[in-house]
Amino acid sequence: MEFPEELKYTEEHEWVLVEDDVATIGISDFAQDALGDVVFVELPEVGTVLDAGKTFGVVESVKAVSDIYAPISGEVIEINEELPDTPELINTSPYEDGWMVKIRMSNPAEAEDLMDAEAYQEFIEGEE
Amino acid sequence: MKGPGRSGLTLDEKLIFEHSDPGRRGYSLPPLDVPVASLPPELTREEVADFPELSEVDVVRHFTRLSAWNYGVDSGFYPLGSCTMKYNPKVNESAARLPGFSEIHPLCPENLAQGSLELMFRLQEALGEIAGFPAVTLQPAAGAHGELTGMLIIRAHHEAHGNPRRKVLIPDTAHGTNPATAALCGYDVVPVSSDGILTAAAVAERMDEDVAALMVTNPNTLGLFESEIRKICDIVHERGGLVYCDGANLNALLGIARPGDMGIDVMHFNLHKTFSTPHGGGGPGSGPVGVTGELARYLPRPVVVREKDVYRLDYDRPASIGRLRSFHGNFGILVRAWAYIRTLGGEGLRLASEMAVLNANYIRSRLEGTYHLPYEKRSLHEVVFSDRDLEGDCHTLDLAKRLIDFGYHPPTVYFPLVVKGAIMIEPTETESKETLDEFCEAMLTIADESRNDPDRLKNAPVRTRLRRLDETGAARNPRLKWER
Repeated sequence: MEFPEELKYTEEHEWVLVEDDVATIGISDFAQDALGDVVFVELPEVGTVLDAGKTFGVVESVKAVSDIYAPISGEVIEINEELPDTPELINTSPYEDGWMVKIRMSNPAEAEDLMDAEAYQEFIEGEE
Repeated sequence: MKGPGRSGLTLDEKLIFEHSDPGRRGYSLPPLDVPVASLPPELTREEVADFPELSEVDVVRHFTRLSAWNYGVDSGFYPLGSCTMKYNPKVNESAARLPGFSEIHPLCPENLAQGSLELMFRLQEALGEIAGFPAVTLQPAAGAHGELTGMLIIRAHHEAHGNPRRKVLIPDTAHGTNPATAALCGYDVVPVSSDGILTAAAVAERMDEDVAALMVTNPNTLGLFESEIRKICDIVHERGGLVYCDGANLNALLGIARPGDMGIDVMHFNLHKTFSTPHGGGGPGSGPVGVTGELARYLPRPVVVREKDVYRLDYDRPASIGRLRSFHGNFGILVRAWAYIRTLGGEGLRLASEMAVLNANYIRSRLEGTYHLPYEKRSLHEVVFSDRDLEGDCHTLDLAKRLIDFGYHPPTVYFPLVVKGAIMIEPTETESKETLDEFCEAMLTIADESRNDPDRLKNAPVRTRLRRLDETGAARNPRLKWER
């Protein structure tokens, strides 16, 4: 299971890639593995304003339906248009092709509170 | 192979449209001896609907063959945790089919419907007595509908006190429908973590003047009794909130403990679980709601009342949240539940709960040690294992599929979410020790297979009409209509 060093992670198993004031968000390898085959993804519309800690989307697998929580506040500037038709990208490429949304951060300092790869791995070992 | 599963001849069956042959009929009418009258053109459609044309025997065989593919609680053991798939005694069906009940019109005048109204009144009283609530509505059509009714009552209560509040607390061991209900009633859901049991401290930490209610399921979805419930109710009440109880697991408590006495303000019953009325696709369900005296004024109208020896529907309830269901709820289900309550009586209901708890704990003690038990506190009517100790890269889904080969309906899987790879078994009180032993043997054999021959699990089911289905493919690319 991979946890790229350049990403930040949340306790709800989202990952965040910060580039300038834009954050790309997806779910971790651990999350996709726990969910199993993803069959449906619901994403917000471009322009939606996300509040950190609030749900902004839904991932449904053959096992469960899970909310996706915004790790960071900001406005959605782009969504992954491929996901609704090919939700399996979340399983096959959670960190690249399976990204979910890009947001323009309203409070970039929030990113500093997230876990780095090492802390996240420790966290999920505690969850097992 | 142990268990009731055997291979045998099963008959294939096409879609009913594929049987159709133009001009084939299932009836023959005498010659027309009156003038032909046509419908006015505005009432007729331009194209003839493409209905299948079949003979009577085609239709009878079609549905008989389909029914033989079905697996129900009348066919075998159905340990679907949280769903309480208990056997439905046939005397309930006889009662519901009595012409006085089955043929009464829902708009029949009250003076000609006294028997049906009396049954509803007495069922309200009986449910109230069983769970400790002074007032009960029978209107809601199922459990989640009961939740909606209950939460609308809670909202009405807060609005009457000037502030509907904004939040609802829901522990991670609550039923899955609870957050949906809270959201539908306009509340923000605040999850509360528990370590199997909800603690008073965890509730106190989240409880404030903006919380309208706490929604708990007791016993919870781990089959554990919420032992701090009295204290939790006090904490919520002190800050002006109310406590909603999901009554889905009431089957563990009949005649032993009453949610109303624990401090619960509102609770729904699942007649199709606890009171042995039909369940699932065969329903319909029924989700009566019980409330405290203080909340009785908000119940949906009408409510059945008795004045001397006459029963009537009371519509004069100005604070009511209104009507939640056409007519009088799923009345046929109410008759079945009443028949169940009366045939068992108080002692019998208590015994049913005791047997349900005994059966679950018997399975637990036979499988403990082979299957991982994530929460070790004493179980009530259901027991949750995990797939941690299965070997050969076998998971809960593989176990579930393999159980089908042995002739069992699989238990609830991957729920509750707080257990990874959950296997949630609820045997109910109606199963004999022999049935439980046979099922446990199958479970132990499967655990053994995961060590010695994991492909048996991976390839299962092999004895069914169809082998393992591509659930992912079906969900990603559903084919929802038949095309010629």
